[in-house]
Amino acid sequence: MQCVVTGGNVKVLAKAIHSLSRIGDELYVEPHEGDGLALRSVNSSRSAYACFLFAPLFFSRYSIRRGLDFRCKIAIKSVQTVFRSVATLEKTVEKCHIELDEAKDRLTFTLHCKHGLLKTHNLSYQDSESLQAVFDKDSCVNVFRAQPRVLVDTVVHFPPSVDEVTVTVSDERMWVRNHVEDEAERSRAMLTEMCLASDEFDHFEAKAHNSITFCLKELRGLLVFAESTGLPVSVYFNEPGSPVVLSVTDSVLEGNFVLATLSDDHNVQDNESRRAQAEPPPPDDFMNDDIDSYLIAMDTSVAPGPSTAEPSTSSAAGHRTRKHSEEEEGEEEEEEATDRPPNKKFRSLFFGSVLPPSPQMSTQPVTTQEVLASDSEDDAEAE
Amino acid sequence: MPLSTQSQGEDEQYVLVATLDNARNLSNLLKAISFKDHAIFTVTPNGLKVTVEDCKCVQANAFIQADIFQEFTIKEDLIAFQVNLTVLLDCLNIFGGSIVAGISTALRMCYRGYGYPLTLFLEEGGVVTVCKINTEEPEEPIDFDFCSSNVTNKVILQSESLKEAFSDLDMTSEVLQITMSPNQPYFRLSTFGNSGSAHYDYNKDSDMMELFRCAETQTNRYKMSLLKPSTKALALSCKVSVRTDNRGVLSLQYLVRNDDGHICFVEFFCCPDEEVDEDL
Repeated sequence: MQCVVTGGNVKVLAKAIHSLSRIGDELYVEPHEGDGLALRSVNSSRSAYACFLFAPLFFSRYSIRRGLDFRCKIAIKSVQTVFRSVATLEKTVEKCHIELDEAKDRLTFTLHCKHGLLKTHNLSYQDSESLQAVFDKDSCVNVFRAQPRVLVDTVVHFPPSVDEVTVTVSDERMWVRNHVEDEAERSRAMLTEMCLASDEFDHFEAKAHNSITFCLKELRGLLVFAESTGLPVSVYFNEPGSPVVLSVTDSVLEGNFVLATLSDDHNVQDNESRRAQAEPPPPDDFMNDDIDSYLIAMDTSVAPGPSTAEPSTSSAAGHRTRKHSEEEEGEEEEEEATDRPPNKKFRSLFFGSVLPPSPQMSTQPVTTQEVLASDSEDDAEAE
Repeated sequence: MPLSTQSQGEDEQYVLVATLDNARNLSNLLKAISFKDHAIFTVTPNGLKVTVEDCKCVQANAFIQADIFQEFTIKEDLIAFQVNLTVLLDCLNIFGGSIVAGISTALRMCYRGYGYPLTLFLEEGGVVTVCKINTEEPEEPIDFDFCSSNVTNKVILQSESLKEAFSDLDMTSEVLQITMSPNQPYFRLSTFGNSGSAHYDYNKDSDMMELFRCAETQTNRYKMSLLKPSTKALALSCKVSVRTDNRGVLSLQYLVRNDDGHICFVEFFCCPDEEVDEDL
């Protein structure tokens, strides 16, 4: 394998490698004859994956031995050493030659610099399995594209200590705020929230109004690359729990960062009321035995999770009250149907607004459900 | 200037009096060789030589000629003493060491002779500080016996290009290997670290190469830890000469231009680590 990168592309390659270093400790290298050179990285918990694919045209010379079936991994720090001072790279490096020496198990990076200086790095590699994440950007319901400056300017407001951010979308807006795990921390933590209007984006399509929470550090990794190359960043996601894909493309390269998002169990909405937060609506079959327990629960103003599959979740012990403003509930949620048993927590007020009158409610005694608080109804019916 | 109002009588006692309008011209050079605590001062009518050594394998010398000083009076042919270099540098920077245009610390360095402390009068903005640093019996500096007649290979490079290479050096490598040859690769710096080997090749026709005189192919290895301190001197310099003799002893000479535009020299000698027969 022999590739030559010249001019400004050397810096692009260097930035891609630095960007991948924010994801994992190892760089997976896989050259393809037709598709180009793939550089990938994954984090230790496999919750973040990134891949940069450089098409043959990215290189001034790209020759792969026919039939080469090669993939390896190299400690990313070693590769970073080759491209250490990115700022001087573009000023001093004329071209970068990448050569594979299968006999010696080495990947050689040779930088031809100004003033006749030649820097050669012989890096030893390890054979590795293929690293591929399965994702389908095109099937995502929420698609956004923005100039990197927009995202960089948003992310700069979060201090380095912030681990995770929650992105919430509606028809016209995107909110980005830091995610704080538990109530106790929430009162002590600094909460930062940024609101972006849809017109700040080149493309804004929020078919599903929901929120996803993912790791900020990994997003910053992509932004390092996007900002230096000026390529717009596309964001694709469906729902909490399924991964968010962040992508940059141009005619000769494609970079994809696939990050896991917190699933609903953890993705509890917090107390802020200004945002229009959408939640998946309750299942169609909420008109069942459990409804009475909800009615009772409403009286006590604690909201247990409605669950057709798990009646026992009516115990309120682990559930939190969400004090969202009433205006947020309702219409949006009714429109969206989900066939998945909801393991989300619902607000008590929610049932109050959509609960249709039903003859069952008043006549059916509560016999099987856990009662959360004493209620006078039982006494009356027990008669 | 307050410093010059010292009475003539006091001056009589000193065997050495040297003054500088800008102490930085001395402190910068000393900082470049301050990889050990102690330094040997050797003073002759030609000027001042400060020597720092480590492990009996590496030696750094800073030369400040007499004409760099505004006043340089020496009453003996040779004066030698040893002082704590760290303390000396702290004193020279006693006014904070920040670089403000137009403001400099003036220095008057006085020495009465064997057994007496080194006295520094430092003045900035009308404030005078007197520092007395204890001197010690000077150790004999190593004589590497490096003479021009034994030099096999010599190159003179502009420091700029070497600075980049030295800052990039793989510090996980225990050695720095230097290859000098009349043939390819001409002048090569190599490291062998955890991730693999790295080579920096300078072409003899490069515009950074001011002089290239290599008679035979020589490859020598030097302990990285001993050579790394030379990076400070390299940072100050505008040109560097790299020479090896027939034993593989390395001589690095740095040309440093001080704030006033005068030239001073810093020199490093380093013994080779081991015999190297083949290139890696």
